[in-house]
Amino acid sequence: MIAGRDQRRKFSNKLMLVLAAAATVLALLPLGSILLYVATKGLLALNWDFFTQLPKPVGEPGGGLANAIVGTLILVGLASVMGIPLGIMTGIYLAEFGRGRLAWLVRFTCDVMTGIPSIIVGIVVYGTIVVAMKRFSAIAGGVALAIIMLPLVTRTTEEMLKLVPNSLREASLALGASQWRTTYSIVLRSAMGGIITGSLLAVARVAGETAPLLFTALSSRYWHTGLDQRIASLPVYIYTYATTPYEEMHRLAWGAALVLVAMVLVTSIAARLAGRRAGGGR
Amino acid sequence: MDTRLLVEDFSAWYGQTQAVKNVTLPVYASQVTAIIGPSGCGKSTFIRCLNRLHEVIPGTRTRGRVLLDGQNIYDDKVDPAEIRRRVGMVFQKPNPFPTMSIFDNVAAGLRVHGLPPGTTAEEVVEKSLKMVGLWDEVADRLQDSGVSLSGGQQQRLCIARALAVEPEVLLMDEPCSALDPVSTLKIEELIKGLKEKYTIVIVTHNMHQAARVADYTAFFLNGQLIEYGVTSDIFTNPRDQRTEDYITGRFG
Repeated sequence: MIAGRDQRRKFSNKLMLVLAAAATVLALLPLGSILLYVATKGLLALNWDFFTQLPKPVGEPGGGLANAIVGTLILVGLASVMGIPLGIMTGIYLAEFGRGRLAWLVRFTCDVMTGIPSIIVGIVVYGTIVVAMKRFSAIAGGVALAIIMLPLVTRTTEEMLKLVPNSLREASLALGASQWRTTYSIVLRSAMGGIITGSLLAVARVAGETAPLLFTALSSRYWHTGLDQRIASLPVYIYTYATTPYEEMHRLAWGAALVLVAMVLVTSIAARLAGRRAGGGR
Repeated sequence: MDTRLLVEDFSAWYGQTQAVKNVTLPVYASQVTAIIGPSGCGKSTFIRCLNRLHEVIPGTRTRGRVLLDGQNIYDDKVDPAEIRRRVGMVFQKPNPFPTMSIFDNVAAGLRVHGLPPGTTAEEVVEKSLKMVGLWDEVADRLQDSGVSLSGGQQQRLCIARALAVEPEVLLMDEPCSALDPVSTLKIEELIKGLKEKYTIVIVTHNMHQAARVADYTAFFLNGQLIEYGVTSDIFTNPRDQRTEDYITGRFG
């Protein structure tokens, strides 16, 4: 009787373990195959020319996407310069100073903005900046990406600052430090690792955005000539080249996909490392 | 005897709850004053009013005056930051800044207020650490993190941090409650040594500690000051029945 119950318990224990393991494998399968597929297809496209040459006109073989790589770096750089400081400042306001209705409104807006499809952000930036400037531009693309980053950076900053124990704030205030000084040199420094991680993950997130760029930065076959001019980017090149009927362009699109995945991967790993290094002090 | 702090008809609230009720109490210079009483009697709230730290919690308010050397610290023109430099505080749990080295922890207040004329940060840090008896233990690892020390050492580091900005008064909110008996003894010895230079107010729920270190003792109950006087009088000859009940262990 007791032996039977024991066996049943052991059996169900094993069964659940097998099920959980199977679910994990099933979940990793598509992720793994995406990486593998992109890697095998993409590696064939990568050569020296890919990183140094401009795209060739339709029908001509060879060429590269050097302008799109540089363009993506510029766009993500622009977005970071605008989005990260603003997001961190807003997060500081929410965590350290914000009380009452205004803070509630900012928090609620951030939550809604995280869920807004990125194409809507593109349309709004098109309707405002692009229409006003009467042309597509790197600036407009950067603004669109920054708007997508903003709520991510804000909320991570707020969460990280809230993890800093109140006793540290009081210790600093009790020394006669002002509230701003306490926030800056005690609270912010203690939470820096987490904030860097969150910001880099937001960078990785927008690096692959395509939809908002179609309305804002558009694309370009040439090197970028100014921030007020349209600019090439990897995601938009993947989109346009993959929808053409030409084998050569498909090849380049796969190459672009691999480079983009690698960029995102490196950023994510850097984010984890930054978090772990700064987290050690806590 | 000089009165360093004079609390006059002082009350403090958290929202609608009144935690300190019409307390009037003089704190004498170069003496140790202990605040005792059962949990929730308002003794911690009271001591946090003496450096205006109560008001940093949202929804709190105060009424009454606290005179530091004759000046009301709740006057509109007074900068709370300046009051907090002159009235230092040590907390229940040691709270060194985790991102800072031992040296930087002690120097943190100096970075805010500037160095006293004719001194260097190294001198002030060494002097402060020597005052709390930590110098010999940490002199060769000043650049280590402040949180690498033991609990008792961390608390002495926090005391050194508070002393570095040369306050006139040192508030201690149950400074030994998170420490082992040996560390507790060290802190108590330290308090006795510091009182020559500083006026000390210590909150404790440990009556024996009050009896050991304090010259004056105030007994709080339900936010009210029940009895205040020379420590030996409070413990051997209390005037109020409630004080006697508390110190003989009938409640609290």
